[in-house]
Amino acid sequence: MTTTHFLADTAVLTGRSLKHITRSIDTIITTAVIPIAFMLLFVFVFGGAIKHGSGSYVSYLLPGILLITVASGISYTAYRLFQDMQSGIFERFQSMPIARSSVLWAHVLTSLIANLVSVVVVVLVAVLIGFRSSAGILAWLAIAGIVIVFTLALTWLAVIPGLTAKTVDGASGFSYPLIFLPFISSAFVPTATMPGPIRAFAEYQPVTSIVNTIRDLFTQQPVSGDIWVALAWCIGILLVGYIAAMAVYRRKIA
Amino acid sequence: MPSTASPVQGSAIHVEGLTKSYKKLEVLSGVDFDVARGSIFALLGSNGAGKTTVVNILSTLLHADAGTASVNGFDVGTKGADVRQSISLTGQFAAVDEILSGRENLVLVAKLRHLKNPEKIADDLLERFNLTDAALRKVSTYSGGMRRRLDIAMSLIGNPPIIFLDEPTTGLDPQGRIEVWKAVQELADHGTTVLLTTQYLNEAEELADRIAILHKGRILVNGTLTELKQLLPAAKVEYVEKQPTLEDVFFALVGTDK
Repeated sequence: MTTTHFLADTAVLTGRSLKHITRSIDTIITTAVIPIAFMLLFVFVFGGAIKHGSGSYVSYLLPGILLITVASGISYTAYRLFQDMQSGIFERFQSMPIARSSVLWAHVLTSLIANLVSVVVVVLVAVLIGFRSSAGILAWLAIAGIVIVFTLALTWLAVIPGLTAKTVDGASGFSYPLIFLPFISSAFVPTATMPGPIRAFAEYQPVTSIVNTIRDLFTQQPVSGDIWVALAWCIGILLVGYIAAMAVYRRKIA
Repeated sequence: MPSTASPVQGSAIHVEGLTKSYKKLEVLSGVDFDVARGSIFALLGSNGAGKTTVVNILSTLLHADAGTASVNGFDVGTKGADVRQSISLTGQFAAVDEILSGRENLVLVAKLRHLKNPEKIADDLLERFNLTDAALRKVSTYSGGMRRRLDIAMSLIGNPPIIFLDEPTTGLDPQGRIEVWKAVQELADHGTTVLLTTQYLNEAEELADRIAILHKGRILVNGTLTELKQLLPAAKVEYVEKQPTLEDVFFALVGTDK
Protein backbone atom coordinates (compact mmCIF):
# COMPACT_ATOMS: atom_id res chain seq x y z
CA MET A 1 0.00 0.00 0.00
CA THR A 2 1.54 3.28 -1.10
CA THR A 3 1.91 6.52 0.83
CA THR A 4 -0.40 8.31 -1.59
CA HIS A 5 -3.12 5.79 -0.77
CA PHE A 6 -2.53 6.34 2.91
CA LEU A 7 -2.83 10.11 2.57
CA ALA A 8 -5.85 9.98 0.25
CA ASP A 9 -7.65 7.40 2.39
CA THR A 10 -6.92 9.33 5.58
CA ALA A 11 -8.24 12.52 3.98
CA VAL A 12 -11.46 10.83 2.82
CA LEU A 13 -12.07 9.23 6.22
CA THR A 14 -11.24 12.43 8.09
CA GLY A 15 -13.78 14.24 5.91
CA ARG A 16 -16.31 11.63 6.97
CA SER A 17 -15.77 12.03 10.71
CA LEU A 18 -15.67 15.81 10.43
CA LYS A 19 -19.18 15.57 8.94
CA HIS A 20 -20.18 13.74 12.10
CA ILE A 21 -19.05 16.76 14.09
CA THR A 22 -20.57 19.45 11.89
CA ARG A 23 -23.86 17.52 12.02
CA SER A 24 -23.83 17.29 15.77
CA ILE A 25 -22.35 20.62 16.76
CA ASP A 26 -23.47 19.89 20.31
CA THR A 27 -20.33 17.76 20.81
CA ILE A 28 -18.19 20.89 20.32
CA ILE A 29 -20.47 22.85 22.62
CA THR A 30 -20.55 20.24 25.40
CA THR A 31 -16.79 19.96 25.13
CA ALA A 32 -16.49 23.71 25.72
CA VAL A 33 -19.29 24.08 28.28
CA ILE A 34 -17.64 22.31 31.23
CA PRO A 35 -14.36 24.25 31.05
CA ILE A 36 -16.24 27.52 30.50
CA ALA A 37 -18.42 26.79 33.54
CA PHE A 38 -15.30 26.08 35.63
CA MET A 39 -13.74 29.28 34.34
CA LEU A 40 -16.77 31.42 35.25
CA LEU A 41 -17.08 29.73 38.64
CA PHE A 42 -13.45 30.30 39.54
CA VAL A 43 -13.19 33.81 38.15
CA PHE A 44 -16.42 35.19 39.61
CA VAL A 45 -16.97 33.04 42.73
CA PHE A 46 -13.67 31.74 44.12
CA GLY A 47 -11.23 33.97 42.27
CA GLY A 48 -11.50 36.97 44.58
CA ALA A 49 -10.33 34.87 47.51
CA ILE A 50 -7.37 33.26 45.75
CA LYS A 51 -3.94 34.85 46.14
CA HIS A 52 -2.27 34.03 42.85
CA GLY A 53 0.19 36.92 42.50
CA SER A 54 0.02 39.79 40.04
CA GLY A 55 -2.23 40.04 36.96
CA SER A 56 -5.89 39.13 36.47
CA TYR A 57 -7.10 35.76 37.75
CA VAL A 58 -8.65 34.83 34.39
CA SER A 59 -5.20 35.06 32.81
CA TYR A 60 -3.80 32.98 35.66
CA LEU A 61 -6.27 30.12 35.27
CA LEU A 62 -6.79 30.05 31.49
CA PRO A 63 -3.90 27.62 30.78
CA GLY A 64 -5.41 25.03 33.14
CA ILE A 65 -8.86 25.60 31.64
CA LEU A 66 -7.45 24.88 28.17
CA LEU A 67 -6.08 21.54 29.38
CA ILE A 68 -9.47 20.69 30.90
CA THR A 69 -11.06 21.52 27.53
CA VAL A 70 -8.84 19.02 25.74
CA ALA A 71 -9.31 16.39 28.46
CA SER A 72 -13.10 16.62 28.12
CA GLY A 73 -12.89 16.78 24.30
CA ILE A 74 -11.04 13.50 23.88
CA SER A 75 -13.88 11.58 25.50
CA TYR A 76 -15.72 12.21 22.20
CA THR A 77 -12.77 10.80 20.30
CA ALA A 78 -13.14 7.57 22.23
CA TYR A 79 -16.91 7.74 21.79
CA ARG A 80 -16.77 8.17 17.99
CA LEU A 81 -14.27 5.34 17.63
CA PHE A 82 -16.41 3.12 19.87
CA GLN A 83 -19.47 3.84 17.71
CA ASP A 84 -17.55 2.82 14.58
CA MET A 85 -16.45 -0.40 16.25
CA GLN A 86 -20.01 -1.21 17.29
CA SER A 87 -21.77 -0.33 14.04
CA GLY A 88 -19.71 -2.67 11.89
CA ILE A 89 -18.47 0.13 9.63
CA PHE A 90 -15.03 -0.37 11.14
CA GLU A 91 -15.04 -3.96 9.83
CA ARG A 92 -16.24 -2.78 6.46
CA PHE A 93 -13.28 -0.40 6.21
CA GLN A 94 -10.88 -3.10 7.39
CA SER A 95 -12.11 -5.50 4.71
CA MET A 96 -11.59 -2.93 1.95
CA PRO A 97 -8.44 -2.36 -0.08
CA ILE A 98 -7.38 0.73 1.86
CA ALA A 99 -4.36 1.65 3.96
CA ARG A 100 -5.55 0.08 7.19
CA SER A 101 -4.01 2.53 9.65
CA SER A 102 -5.77 5.44 7.90
CA VAL A 103 -8.94 4.45 9.82
CA LEU A 104 -7.23 5.36 13.10
CA TRP A 105 -5.41 8.40 11.78
CA ALA A 106 -8.69 9.85 10.53
CA HIS A 107 -10.06 9.69 14.08
CA VAL A 108 -6.88 11.24 15.47
CA LEU A 109 -6.94 14.16 13.02
CA THR A 110 -10.65 14.72 13.64
CA SER A 111 -9.98 14.79 17.36
CA LEU A 112 -7.22 17.35 16.85
CA ILE A 113 -9.40 19.64 14.74
CA ALA A 114 -12.46 19.36 17.03
CA ASN A 115 -10.39 20.05 20.16
CA LEU A 116 -8.66 23.04 18.62
CA VAL A 117 -12.05 24.52 17.71
CA SER A 118 -13.22 24.01 21.32
CA VAL A 119 -10.02 25.58 22.63
CA VAL A 120 -10.55 28.63 20.41
CA VAL A 121 -14.15 28.94 21.69
CA VAL A 122 -12.91 28.83 25.30
CA VAL A 123 -10.21 31.45 24.60
CA LEU A 124 -12.82 33.75 23.04
CA VAL A 125 -15.03 33.44 26.13
CA ALA A 126 -11.98 34.20 28.27
CA VAL A 127 -11.36 37.35 26.23
CA LEU A 128 -14.99 38.36 26.82
CA ILE A 129 -14.53 38.19 30.59
CA GLY A 130 -11.28 40.10 30.61
CA PHE A 131 -8.43 37.85 29.49
CA ARG A 132 -5.70 39.90 27.84
CA SER A 133 -2.27 38.77 26.73
CA SER A 134 0.75 40.70 25.59
CA ALA A 135 2.12 37.56 23.92
CA GLY A 136 3.61 38.03 20.47
CA ILE A 137 3.13 35.80 17.47
CA LEU A 138 6.00 33.49 18.40
CA ALA A 139 4.65 32.98 21.91
CA TRP A 140 1.19 32.20 20.50
CA LEU A 141 2.72 29.71 18.08
CA ALA A 142 4.56 28.08 20.95
CA ILE A 143 1.30 27.87 22.94
CA ALA A 144 -0.50 26.39 19.92
CA GLY A 145 2.33 23.88 19.53
CA ILE A 146 2.10 22.76 23.16
CA VAL A 147 -1.70 22.46 22.99
CA ILE A 148 -1.43 20.41 19.78
CA VAL A 149 1.15 18.00 21.20
CA PHE A 150 -0.90 17.70 24.41
CA THR A 151 -4.08 17.01 22.38
CA LEU A 152 -2.33 14.37 20.27
CA ALA A 153 -0.97 12.71 23.40
CA LEU A 154 -4.39 12.49 25.05
CA THR A 155 -6.01 11.50 21.74
CA TRP A 156 -3.80 8.43 21.39
CA LEU A 157 -4.65 7.53 24.96
CA ALA A 158 -8.34 7.92 24.07
CA VAL A 159 -7.94 5.53 21.14
CA ILE A 160 -7.30 2.67 23.58
CA PRO A 161 -10.70 2.76 25.37
CA GLY A 162 -12.31 3.60 22.00
CA LEU A 163 -11.06 0.29 20.61
CA THR A 164 -11.49 -1.87 23.69
CA ALA A 165 -14.51 -0.56 25.63
CA LYS A 166 -17.55 -2.79 26.01
CA THR A 167 -20.02 0.04 26.67
CA VAL A 168 -20.41 3.70 25.73
CA ASP A 169 -19.80 4.72 29.35
CA GLY A 170 -16.58 2.77 29.42
CA ALA A 171 -15.44 4.45 26.22
CA SER A 172 -16.01 8.02 27.38
CA GLY A 173 -15.67 7.69 31.16
CA PHE A 174 -11.90 7.33 31.19
CA SER A 175 -11.45 11.07 30.67
CA TYR A 176 -12.95 12.09 34.05
CA PRO A 177 -9.72 11.61 36.02
CA LEU A 178 -7.90 13.59 33.35
CA ILE A 179 -10.39 16.44 33.72
CA PHE A 180 -9.70 16.58 37.46
CA LEU A 181 -5.92 16.34 37.27
CA PRO A 182 -5.53 20.14 36.78
CA PHE A 183 -7.25 20.74 40.14
CA ILE A 184 -4.27 19.18 41.91
CA SER A 185 -1.74 21.32 40.09
CA SER A 186 -0.69 24.93 39.76
CA ALA A 187 -3.64 25.57 37.43
CA PHE A 188 -5.99 27.24 39.93
CA VAL A 189 -3.89 28.08 42.98
CA PRO A 190 -0.15 28.32 43.59
CA THR A 191 1.17 24.94 44.75
CA ALA A 192 3.02 26.58 47.64
CA THR A 193 -0.16 26.66 49.76
CA MET A 194 -0.74 22.89 49.55
CA PRO A 195 0.26 20.46 52.32
CA GLY A 196 3.46 18.45 51.77
CA PRO A 197 2.53 15.22 49.94
CA ILE A 198 -0.17 16.89 47.81
CA ARG A 199 2.21 19.67 46.97
CA ALA A 200 4.85 17.14 45.92
CA PHE A 201 2.31 15.39 43.67
CA ALA A 202 1.11 18.71 42.24
CA GLU A 203 4.57 19.92 41.43
CA TYR A 204 5.72 16.78 39.72
CA GLN A 205 2.66 15.84 37.72
CA PRO A 206 2.57 16.83 34.03
CA VAL A 207 -0.19 19.45 34.25
CA THR A 208 1.85 21.86 36.41
CA SER A 209 4.78 22.11 34.02
CA ILE A 210 2.47 22.55 31.03
CA VAL A 211 0.35 25.16 32.82
CA ASN A 212 3.42 27.09 34.01
CA THR A 213 4.89 27.12 30.52
CA ILE A 214 1.70 28.40 28.86
CA ARG A 215 1.26 30.96 31.64
CA ASP A 216 4.80 32.27 31.13
CA LEU A 217 4.19 32.51 27.39
CA PHE A 218 0.89 34.37 27.89
CA THR A 219 2.51 36.91 30.21
CA GLN A 220 5.71 37.30 28.21
CA GLN A 221 7.82 35.97 31.07
CA PRO A 222 10.98 34.16 30.10
CA VAL A 223 10.01 30.47 30.01
CA SER A 224 11.81 28.44 32.62
CA GLY A 225 13.04 24.86 32.41
CA ASP A 226 9.35 23.96 32.75
CA ILE A 227 8.96 24.01 28.98
CA TRP A 228 11.35 21.05 28.59
CA VAL A 229 9.63 19.16 31.38
CA ALA A 230 6.27 19.95 29.75
CA LEU A 231 7.41 18.80 26.31
CA ALA A 232 9.01 15.69 27.75
CA TRP A 233 5.74 14.77 29.47
CA CYS A 234 3.63 15.44 26.35
CA ILE A 235 5.92 13.60 23.97
CA GLY A 236 6.38 10.78 26.47
CA ILE A 237 2.62 10.31 26.87
CA LEU A 238 2.20 10.64 23.10
CA LEU A 239 4.71 7.87 22.40
CA VAL A 240 3.39 5.53 25.07
CA GLY A 241 -0.21 6.20 23.99
CA TYR A 242 0.64 5.70 20.30
CA ILE A 243 2.57 2.47 20.82
CA ALA A 244 -0.08 1.02 23.14
CA ALA A 245 -2.95 2.08 20.86
CA MET A 246 -1.24 0.59 17.80
CA ALA A 247 -0.61 -2.65 19.66
CA VAL A 248 -4.29 -2.87 20.64
CA TYR A 249 -5.29 -1.99 17.09
CA ARG A 250 -3.12 -4.68 15.55
CA ARG A 251 -4.57 -7.24 17.93
CA LYS A 252 -8.09 -6.11 17.00
CA ILE A 253 -7.57 -6.46 13.24
CA ALA A 254 -5.32 -9.51 13.25
CA MET B 1 -17.39 -27.33 -20.64
CA PRO B 2 -14.34 -29.49 -19.86
CA SER B 3 -11.80 -27.56 -17.88
CA THR B 4 -8.07 -28.20 -17.91
CA ALA B 5 -7.44 -26.26 -14.71
CA SER B 6 -7.74 -28.24 -11.49
CA PRO B 7 -10.93 -27.52 -9.64
CA VAL B 8 -8.99 -26.07 -6.70
CA GLN B 9 -7.33 -23.36 -8.74
CA GLY B 10 -10.51 -22.67 -10.59
CA SER B 11 -12.66 -22.08 -7.55
CA ALA B 12 -13.38 -18.63 -6.25
CA ILE B 13 -13.00 -19.71 -2.66
CA HIS B 14 -11.06 -22.69 -1.38
CA VAL B 15 -11.08 -23.63 2.28
CA GLU B 16 -9.20 -26.58 3.75
CA GLY B 17 -8.87 -27.76 7.33
CA LEU B 18 -9.72 -24.40 8.85
CA THR B 19 -9.63 -24.30 12.64
CA LYS B 20 -10.14 -21.43 15.05
CA SER B 21 -10.51 -21.26 18.82
CA TYR B 22 -11.22 -18.37 21.12
CA LYS B 23 -9.31 -19.19 24.28
CA LYS B 24 -10.59 -22.70 25.12
CA LEU B 25 -13.71 -22.50 22.98
CA GLU B 26 -13.23 -24.28 19.69
CA VAL B 27 -15.34 -22.50 17.08
CA LEU B 28 -14.10 -24.15 13.91
CA SER B 29 -12.75 -27.66 14.00
CA GLY B 30 -11.63 -28.40 10.47
CA VAL B 31 -13.81 -26.75 7.84
CA ASP B 32 -13.41 -27.59 4.15
CA PHE B 33 -15.35 -26.35 1.16
CA ASP B 34 -15.00 -24.90 -2.33
CA VAL B 35 -17.09 -22.27 -4.02
CA ALA B 36 -17.25 -22.28 -7.81
CA ARG B 37 -16.94 -18.98 -9.64
CA GLY B 38 -20.18 -17.20 -10.35
CA SER B 39 -22.22 -19.39 -7.99
CA ILE B 40 -24.18 -18.66 -4.86
CA PHE B 41 -22.96 -20.73 -1.94
CA ALA B 42 -24.90 -20.80 1.31
CA LEU B 43 -23.36 -21.61 4.65
CA LEU B 44 -26.30 -22.69 6.73
CA GLY B 45 -26.22 -23.03 10.48
CA SER B 46 -27.69 -22.04 13.81
CA ASN B 47 -26.40 -19.16 15.89
CA GLY B 48 -22.94 -19.95 17.17
CA ALA B 49 -22.20 -22.54 14.50
CA GLY B 50 -19.16 -20.55 13.35
CA LYS B 51 -20.54 -18.93 10.18
CA THR B 52 -19.33 -15.42 10.98
CA THR B 53 -15.93 -16.74 12.01
CA VAL B 54 -15.54 -18.36 8.59
CA VAL B 55 -16.54 -15.13 6.84
CA ASN B 56 -14.22 -13.04 9.01
CA ILE B 57 -11.28 -15.31 8.24
CA LEU B 58 -12.03 -15.18 4.52
CA SER B 59 -12.28 -11.39 4.56
CA THR B 60 -8.94 -11.09 6.46
CA LEU B 61 -10.47 -9.71 9.65
CA LEU B 62 -9.34 -12.77 11.64
CA HIS B 63 -6.44 -15.18 11.44
CA ALA B 64 -7.16 -18.90 11.40
CA ASP B 65 -5.29 -21.09 13.87
CA ALA B 66 -4.63 -23.73 11.24
CA GLY B 67 -5.65 -24.74 7.75
CA THR B 68 -5.55 -22.83 4.50
CA ALA B 69 -8.00 -20.57 2.76
CA SER B 70 -7.70 -18.78 -0.53
CA VAL B 71 -10.00 -16.24 -2.09
CA ASN B 72 -9.78 -15.48 -5.80
CA GLY B 73 -6.57 -17.54 -5.77
CA PHE B 74 -4.93 -15.44 -3.03
CA ASP B 75 -4.01 -16.91 0.34
CA VAL B 76 -5.87 -15.05 3.10
CA GLY B 77 -2.93 -15.32 5.48
CA THR B 78 -0.17 -14.02 3.24
CA LYS B 79 -1.91 -12.05 0.48
CA GLY B 80 -4.34 -10.03 2.58
CA ALA B 81 -4.17 -6.90 0.43
CA ASP B 82 -4.92 -8.88 -2.76
CA VAL B 83 -7.80 -10.64 -1.04
CA ARG B 84 -9.28 -7.31 0.07
CA GLN B 85 -8.95 -6.06 -3.50
CA SER B 86 -11.04 -9.06 -4.68
CA ILE B 87 -13.85 -9.01 -2.14
CA SER B 88 -16.55 -7.06 -0.48
CA LEU B 89 -17.96 -7.85 2.93
CA THR B 90 -21.49 -7.12 4.00
CA GLY B 91 -21.39 -7.90 7.68
CA GLN B 92 -24.04 -9.22 9.99
CA PHE B 93 -25.21 -5.73 10.94
CA ALA B 94 -25.73 -3.18 8.18
CA ALA B 95 -22.38 -1.40 8.17
CA VAL B 96 -23.58 1.98 6.99
CA ASP B 97 -22.86 5.42 8.37
CA GLU B 98 -26.05 6.58 10.07
CA ILE B 99 -25.13 10.24 10.12
CA LEU B 100 -24.33 10.49 6.42
CA SER B 101 -26.94 10.36 3.66
CA GLY B 102 -27.30 7.27 1.49
CA ARG B 103 -25.54 9.02 -1.36
CA GLU B 104 -22.67 10.16 0.86
CA ASN B 105 -22.19 6.59 2.06
CA LEU B 106 -21.82 5.37 -1.52
CA VAL B 107 -19.50 8.25 -2.49
CA LEU B 108 -17.36 7.48 0.56
CA VAL B 109 -16.85 3.86 -0.45
CA ALA B 110 -16.20 4.79 -4.10
CA LYS B 111 -13.52 7.25 -3.00
CA LEU B 112 -11.93 4.67 -0.69
CA ARG B 113 -11.76 2.28 -3.64
CA HIS B 114 -9.98 5.06 -5.55
CA LEU B 115 -12.51 5.06 -8.39
CA LYS B 116 -13.13 7.86 -10.86
CA ASN B 117 -16.49 9.65 -10.80
CA PRO B 118 -17.62 8.58 -7.33
CA GLU B 119 -20.77 10.73 -7.64
CA LYS B 120 -21.85 9.00 -10.85
CA ILE B 121 -21.23 5.56 -9.34
CA ALA B 122 -23.34 6.56 -6.34
CA ASP B 123 -26.22 7.82 -8.46
CA ASP B 124 -26.25 4.68 -10.62
CA LEU B 125 -26.40 2.42 -7.58
CA LEU B 126 -29.10 4.51 -5.92
CA GLU B 127 -31.14 4.05 -9.07
CA ARG B 128 -30.45 0.33 -9.31
CA PHE B 129 -31.40 -0.26 -5.67
CA ASN B 130 -34.44 1.95 -5.78
CA LEU B 131 -33.06 4.46 -3.31
CA THR B 132 -32.99 7.59 -5.46
CA ASP B 133 -35.85 9.24 -3.56
CA ALA B 134 -34.11 8.70 -0.24
CA ALA B 135 -30.63 9.55 -1.57
CA LEU B 136 -30.18 12.78 0.36
CA ARG B 137 -31.81 11.66 3.60
CA LYS B 138 -29.78 10.68 6.63
CA VAL B 139 -29.47 6.89 6.81
CA SER B 140 -30.78 6.96 10.39
CA THR B 141 -34.23 7.64 8.86
CA TYR B 142 -34.09 4.53 6.61
CA SER B 143 -36.10 1.36 7.18
CA GLY B 144 -34.29 -1.93 7.80
CA GLY B 145 -34.78 -3.07 4.21
CA MET B 146 -33.50 0.23 2.78
CA ARG B 147 -30.46 0.07 5.04
CA ARG B 148 -29.65 -3.45 3.87
CA ARG B 149 -30.09 -2.46 0.23
CA LEU B 150 -27.73 0.47 0.75
CA ASP B 151 -25.32 -1.86 2.55
CA ILE B 152 -25.31 -4.27 -0.38
CA ALA B 153 -25.04 -1.40 -2.87
CA MET B 154 -21.93 -0.22 -1.01
CA SER B 155 -20.48 -3.71 -1.36
CA LEU B 156 -20.90 -3.66 -5.12
CA ILE B 157 -18.80 -0.56 -5.68
CA GLY B 158 -15.73 -1.41 -7.71
CA ASN B 159 -17.33 -4.67 -8.91
CA PRO B 160 -15.42 -7.06 -6.66
CA PRO B 161 -15.62 -10.58 -8.14
CA ILE B 162 -16.50 -12.13 -4.76
CA ILE B 163 -19.03 -10.92 -2.21
CA PHE B 164 -19.57 -12.14 1.34
CA LEU B 165 -23.00 -11.63 2.81
CA ASP B 166 -23.16 -12.50 6.48
CA GLU B 167 -26.80 -13.10 7.42
CA PRO B 168 -28.06 -10.51 4.95
CA THR B 169 -31.72 -10.79 5.95
CA THR B 170 -31.52 -11.23 9.71
CA GLY B 171 -33.90 -8.77 11.34
CA LEU B 172 -35.70 -7.86 8.12
CA ASP B 173 -39.43 -8.09 7.55
CA PRO B 174 -40.65 -10.42 4.74
CA GLN B 175 -40.83 -7.52 2.29
CA GLY B 176 -37.26 -6.45 3.04
CA ARG B 177 -36.14 -10.06 2.75
CA ILE B 178 -37.56 -10.40 -0.74
CA GLU B 179 -35.89 -7.14 -1.79
CA VAL B 180 -32.54 -8.48 -0.61
CA TRP B 181 -33.09 -11.83 -2.32
CA LYS B 182 -33.72 -10.04 -5.60
CA ALA B 183 -30.51 -8.05 -5.18
CA VAL B 184 -28.48 -11.19 -4.45
CA GLN B 185 -29.97 -13.04 -7.41
CA GLU B 186 -29.06 -10.12 -9.68
CA LEU B 187 -25.49 -10.22 -8.43
CA ALA B 188 -25.13 -13.84 -9.39
CA ASP B 189 -26.70 -13.11 -12.75
CA HIS B 190 -23.93 -10.56 -13.32
CA GLY B 191 -21.33 -13.27 -12.64
CA THR B 192 -20.40 -12.32 -9.08
CA THR B 193 -19.56 -15.15 -6.71
CA VAL B 194 -21.65 -14.91 -3.57
CA LEU B 195 -20.91 -16.62 -0.27
CA LEU B 196 -23.83 -16.08 2.03
CA THR B 197 -24.44 -17.26 5.55
CA THR B 198 -27.91 -17.72 6.88
CA GLN B 199 -29.88 -19.37 9.62
CA TYR B 200 -33.00 -19.35 7.47
CA LEU B 201 -33.52 -22.63 5.68
CA ASN B 202 -35.84 -21.22 3.04
CA GLU B 203 -33.31 -18.53 2.23
CA ALA B 204 -30.68 -21.12 1.38
CA GLU B 205 -33.30 -23.10 -0.52
CA GLU B 206 -34.40 -20.02 -2.47
CA LEU B 207 -31.01 -18.61 -3.42
CA ALA B 208 -28.16 -21.05 -3.26
CA ASP B 209 -26.65 -23.26 -5.95
CA ARG B 210 -24.89 -25.22 -3.27
CA ILE B 211 -25.55 -25.45 0.44
CA ALA B 212 -23.18 -26.48 3.23
CA ILE B 213 -24.52 -27.12 6.70
CA LEU B 214 -22.14 -25.90 9.36
CA HIS B 215 -22.74 -27.31 12.81
CA LYS B 216 -20.48 -27.02 15.85
CA GLY B 217 -17.54 -25.96 13.74
CA ARG B 218 -17.79 -28.72 11.12
CA ILE B 219 -19.40 -29.01 7.72
CA LEU B 220 -21.93 -31.83 8.07
CA VAL B 221 -22.99 -31.97 4.43
CA ASN B 222 -22.30 -29.99 1.28
CA GLY B 223 -24.25 -30.29 -1.92
CA THR B 224 -27.04 -29.02 -4.10
CA LEU B 225 -30.53 -28.92 -2.69
CA THR B 226 -31.43 -32.06 -4.61
CA GLU B 227 -28.40 -33.90 -3.28
CA LEU B 228 -29.22 -32.88 0.28
CA LYS B 229 -32.77 -34.08 -0.09
CA GLN B 230 -31.56 -37.48 -1.24
CA LEU B 231 -29.78 -37.92 2.09
CA LEU B 232 -33.08 -38.82 3.69
CA PRO B 233 -35.07 -41.92 2.72
CA ALA B 234 -37.10 -41.36 -0.42
CA ALA B 235 -40.58 -40.02 0.05
CA LYS B 236 -43.23 -42.62 0.71
CA VAL B 237 -46.24 -42.50 -1.54
CA GLU B 238 -49.31 -42.61 0.57
CA TYR B 239 -52.17 -40.25 -0.15
CA VAL B 240 -49.94 -37.35 -1.11
CA GLU B 241 -46.30 -37.37 -2.00
CA LYS B 242 -44.34 -35.21 0.40
CA GLN B 243 -40.68 -34.56 -0.31
CA PRO B 244 -38.63 -33.87 2.79
CA THR B 245 -37.98 -30.19 2.97
CA LEU B 246 -34.54 -28.83 3.58
CA GLU B 247 -35.74 -28.15 7.09
CA ASP B 248 -36.26 -31.89 7.63
CA VAL B 249 -32.75 -32.58 6.39
CA PHE B 250 -31.32 -29.92 8.62
CA PHE B 251 -32.96 -31.08 11.81
CA ALA B 252 -32.35 -34.74 11.07
CA LEU B 253 -28.64 -33.96 10.85
CA VAL B 254 -28.43 -31.44 13.62
CA GLY B 255 -31.06 -32.67 16.04
CA THR B 256 -33.92 -30.57 17.31
CA ASP B 257 -32.78 -30.23 20.90
CA LYS B 258 -29.76 -28.05 20.16
